[in-house]
Amino acid sequence: MTTGTVITQESLTKEGLAYQSAAGGAERRLIICAGTGCVAGGALEVYSEFVRAISAAGIDVVTELRPEAPPLPGFVHVSRSGCQGFCQMGPLATVLPDGILYTRVKKGDVAEIVESTLKHGKAVERLLYVDKSAKRSCRGIAEIPFYQAQHRFVLKECGVIDPDSLPEYLAKEGYQAACRAYTRMTPQSICAEIDKAGLRGRGGGGFPTGRKWEAARAQPAGTKYVICNGDEGDPGAFMDRSVMEGNPHSVIEGMMIAARGVGASEGFVYVRAEYPLAVRRVRKAVEDAKRAGLLGQNLFGTNFSLDITVMEGAGAFVCGEETALIASIEGKRGMPAPKPPFPAQSGLWGKPTVINNVETLASVPRILNMGAESFRTLGSRTSPGTKTFALTGHVVNTGLIEVAFGATLRDIVFGVGGGVTTDDGSAMSEMKAVQIGGPSGGCLVPDHLDLSLDFDSLRGIGAMVGSGGLVVMNRDTCMVSMARFFMQFTQNESCGKCVLCREGTKQMLALLDDIIEGRATLGTLDLLEKLARTVQKGSLCGLGKTAPNPVLSMTRLFREEYLAHVVEKRCPAGRCKALLRPHVIPAKCKGCGVCIKACPTSAIRGEKRQVHVIDETLCTKCGACAKACRLGAIEGVA
Amino acid sequence: MSAEAVVEINGRKVPIEGERNVLEVIRKANIDLPTFCYHSQLSAYGACRLCLVDIEGRGIVSSCSLSPEPGAKIRTHTPELREMRRMTLELLLANHEMNCPTCPKSADCQLQELARRLGVNTVRFKRTHAPKPVDTSSPFLLRDPGKCVLCGDCVRMCKEVQGIGAIDFAFRGAAVSVVPAFGKNLDQVECVGCGQCASVCPTAALTVKSDVAKVYAALADKNAEVVAQIAPAVRVALGEAYGLPAGTVATGQIVAALKALGFARVYDTAYSADLTVLEETHEFLGRKTKNEKLPHLTSCCPAWVRFVEQYYPKWIKHLSSCKSPQQMLGSVIKAEGAPDGKHLVVVSVMPCTAKKGEAGLDKFRSGDCQDVDVVLTTQELVRMIDEGGLRFDQLEPDSLDSPFGLKTGAGLLFGASGGVSEAVLRQAAEELGAARDGLAAFQSVRGDQGVREVAISVGGNPLKLAVVSGLANAKALLARVESGAVEYDLIEVMACPGGCVNGAGNPVRKNKDTIAARAKGLYHADKMLDLHRSSENHEVKTYYERVLGDVGGKKAHALLHTTYQSRARIDGAALKLVEGSQPAALAVTVCVGTSCHVRGAQTLLRKLITQVETAGIADTVDIQASFCHEACDQGPTVVVGGTTLHRTTADQAFAAVLAALQTKAAPDDRVLHG
Repeated sequence: MTTGTVITQESLTKEGLAYQSAAGGAERRLIICAGTGCVAGGALEVYSEFVRAISAAGIDVVTELRPEAPPLPGFVHVSRSGCQGFCQMGPLATVLPDGILYTRVKKGDVAEIVESTLKHGKAVERLLYVDKSAKRSCRGIAEIPFYQAQHRFVLKECGVIDPDSLPEYLAKEGYQAACRAYTRMTPQSICAEIDKAGLRGRGGGGFPTGRKWEAARAQPAGTKYVICNGDEGDPGAFMDRSVMEGNPHSVIEGMMIAARGVGASEGFVYVRAEYPLAVRRVRKAVEDAKRAGLLGQNLFGTNFSLDITVMEGAGAFVCGEETALIASIEGKRGMPAPKPPFPAQSGLWGKPTVINNVETLASVPRILNMGAESFRTLGSRTSPGTKTFALTGHVVNTGLIEVAFGATLRDIVFGVGGGVTTDDGSAMSEMKAVQIGGPSGGCLVPDHLDLSLDFDSLRGIGAMVGSGGLVVMNRDTCMVSMARFFMQFTQNESCGKCVLCREGTKQMLALLDDIIEGRATLGTLDLLEKLARTVQKGSLCGLGKTAPNPVLSMTRLFREEYLAHVVEKRCPAGRCKALLRPHVIPAKCKGCGVCIKACPTSAIRGEKRQVHVIDETLCTKCGACAKACRLGAIEGVA
Repeated sequence: MSAEAVVEINGRKVPIEGERNVLEVIRKANIDLPTFCYHSQLSAYGACRLCLVDIEGRGIVSSCSLSPEPGAKIRTHTPELREMRRMTLELLLANHEMNCPTCPKSADCQLQELARRLGVNTVRFKRTHAPKPVDTSSPFLLRDPGKCVLCGDCVRMCKEVQGIGAIDFAFRGAAVSVVPAFGKNLDQVECVGCGQCASVCPTAALTVKSDVAKVYAALADKNAEVVAQIAPAVRVALGEAYGLPAGTVATGQIVAALKALGFARVYDTAYSADLTVLEETHEFLGRKTKNEKLPHLTSCCPAWVRFVEQYYPKWIKHLSSCKSPQQMLGSVIKAEGAPDGKHLVVVSVMPCTAKKGEAGLDKFRSGDCQDVDVVLTTQELVRMIDEGGLRFDQLEPDSLDSPFGLKTGAGLLFGASGGVSEAVLRQAAEELGAARDGLAAFQSVRGDQGVREVAISVGGNPLKLAVVSGLANAKALLARVESGAVEYDLIEVMACPGGCVNGAGNPVRKNKDTIAARAKGLYHADKMLDLHRSSENHEVKTYYERVLGDVGGKKAHALLHTTYQSRARIDGAALKLVEGSQPAALAVTVCVGTSCHVRGAQTLLRKLITQVETAGIADTVDIQASFCHEACDQGPTVVVGGTTLHRTTADQAFAAVLAALQTKAAPDDRVLHG
């Protein structure tokens, strides 16, 4: 695009068509996943090797497709994409139009792919994904259950388009919605459209986005701000990172529409500093958009302007809380402030501010393009649309997934996830629980497998969508230890401002330790629950209010397991070391003495062919004896 | 009041009358909902979670951060809320040092008081308190992080009211703490010593540093003649510690108490305030006539003076050169000398923590001897009275000693914000021949706003004054002066909101009316005195005739005036470049700050090191590069031993090193110019 000329719907369409026409000249397209997971697995080396090897094979390689200078047809277009979701199988390489997905591609595999696939159209069998349950190899995503069971809406172009290419984004209806918003829609109609679509905040709260915008719009005209909250901090969650890395322009376009909707002319993208790739890609996208005249003054020939600044986060979980995030942008310590006033009334530098999550903003252009009515056909009645999740834990397939609201837990764990595994993933196991919503979320149990998941159904059972972490836990998981794990996280990340969160999480942790280490009484459990409820009700911000959720939900759903710890001093999952009672099962012991030799602390005694005995005062529960015993006669060690 | 502007508190209707938040409405209804982190003069913080209320339809919310909505049905003491409050307190106590009987704040501590009020008699939680080192570095304050409840009152006071931010939160989770920048000690950061942080601290995390022991030592010394001076704002506040209403003038009892404790004489700082008025009015009118160094900035408040030295070095020349009344009286008493065979110890009783630092400044010392030896705050005197077993309310009032016990009402006014201005205006009126116009007109400088502008005509001369209290207000005002938006002839600044009556050394204020009541006490005392203009003080007149000569004259200048220095930088750690192995190596410091750098400090440093090494004396010297010595216009600056060399060269510095090594005597603080 040349600066100085007014950008219109037509010019955008023209740009898009030009890109498509140039791309149409490609014989094949090779997309190397360059999400953080695949990059860590060596995807960038794979990419370079492809460029080198294809060129060496005498085929024209194009890495950056420039519509204004289209290459001669017959070339291979090699590009990098954002996260394709199947991180566990990375580095991933997709070959189009063949529709082949290669998994775990190493630099050494490149020559073979070039030879077989690019030259002769044949798939390299050994690099295809193998569906173990169906015992077949899958040629492409259409055949892979992990992808089949998903509904990729926000992530549709993530993992396909080159995130660094503005022209390719334009070829996918890019900035069309923004153009309409600035030239043909009023702020009221934008807010109304989003409200009608029923879009709810994907950052955790599920607050209706249209209403949030309307509240900021209704404030007297003047300086207003839009902020994109990309400070994704839940351990194991990487939905927002993937969107920022994979389709940054969709986030910027969403911000433009939000800015027009509320009357803002300045925006901030607050990206977690631990996401260097996301920071780089969003920065580049903002620069490209500025250079193309999509950001700056007189947008689309109107009097409106918008500048976007990309800021790196301050490195605290609590900065994902909107008021703390605002304080952080202002250069202050990231600590939450009491609400009201809400940011929509008084936010950044005291001005009305709309602050939305990455995924929410990325949904916005698509909603305007497809229309609110059509968006509402996705998902459930009260929670239209889709939700991305980071699926992890004891499950066959882990990675970035997206399903429509209303999908059941079964769809996710058994459909997308491929079922529950043992700790080391070597065998199948039973599901015990799923932690949803990260360290401040709640637990789902097998009873909930057929519950259709959305904001309201989850709230109804004491859990929450949260930012979208999904941790699957098998039957060998100790739910007290899990609660402690999450509590440790929230305690570390508490900003320390309000007493209940700062001191309360610390004491909850201490009470959980008492339970895990065998010092608890029923009074401990009672005090833990009372404290959890006080912290939940009385804390200042969302971090404190939700920190007790794992404890409250787990003590309720796994009451017997907690009681076993407290009353019987027994950990049913055998995970709490202090509660282990090392002993020899007399019926199984043949008195061979192998365990005696294996024990590093000489804690086992016994005559040959007599049942051996473990001296608990000497035993460190290291488990060496159990490992040595071929008869499985020792229990109660690690 | 419209019919709707009413909330219901525990079933009782209470009108909303412009209160900023629900908490204020509740307190207006005489329900004292407890808080740690709410102070009406600070921003709502919402951290202590004690002011939680249950609002129908809204649930449990903190009342301090919620604006009152008509019709709201508020409950303050449901069983749930009571349990939550008790639990909150237990959580705090579980992480508290709990050495209450030996704590300086014992019986004054809000945490202790709340535990009693809420009936918390057990703590169900595990003790998580870990001792933290106490910061004793500051001359003003004792910082004991182990007693901190992290309410942030001090942080907001320092930042919002004083515009400084010497302390802030650091770390997160269980490790969060309030610390000076970079974990330094309080004396290494930009603390000006106003002590307002300590006056809002609910516990003993920040307390006034006690110098009581020094006073007892002096009183026990048979060779010492211990003399006290008491500041105006002390007499209207000390009685509060003994149940007297704020503003009660208790001068007689205080004198009696001090005498009973063993003080030989008791003088009045209001006497030297009269000296200040004469000197400062003379100085001000002189500047006004010559139209130079205006606006004239007052200099009685040491925290404000420090603030100017730190942040506004270019305004230093506008500061009045008058010492503060405390230092003037110290100089005067010391100049009078002691009875035969004794040495004088001057103890001042002040409402102020910053005065402790002021008294210790090198410029207020001759030889080893400080003009004011010890500064006690009102709070410390209360402790001495308590320990002495004196029943304050029963004491027979005693009178102040001559000659420095006599004051006019003008001198007394110094204790309240606007007092210096009012006293100077009274004196200026006399000097401009308008004395018969009366005093009432000058009362326009009184008030309780943080910034008051007064335009007044004195003997036909229009004067424009600004009376400021709270350093953040001063900062904002100076910004407006610098931008040219406003012009003043005189700006009076007191660091503590409301002036010295609200000094951090005075008893902790019980409610928001305390400060106004103390000021009223001073205004009342002024009225009751016969003399209202400083020049009417005949002891002052006699002293000028006997000792000082003319107002503003040479002798007066020597005894009653001072100088200031830029403190625009704080200490940077020095970088050792040559480290002598001998135990008593000579310390040589070369300033490599920006200004000295451009004047060739780097070359000097390199050459000096070479010279020292070539001469084979590297073992006997420590050469270090340091940052600014605040003498930028005279750089390069090198300090050899204790001697500062300005505009020096490597050769001169080397010569000084050789000389210092030769004499090996402890060098005094001479300043040599190259």
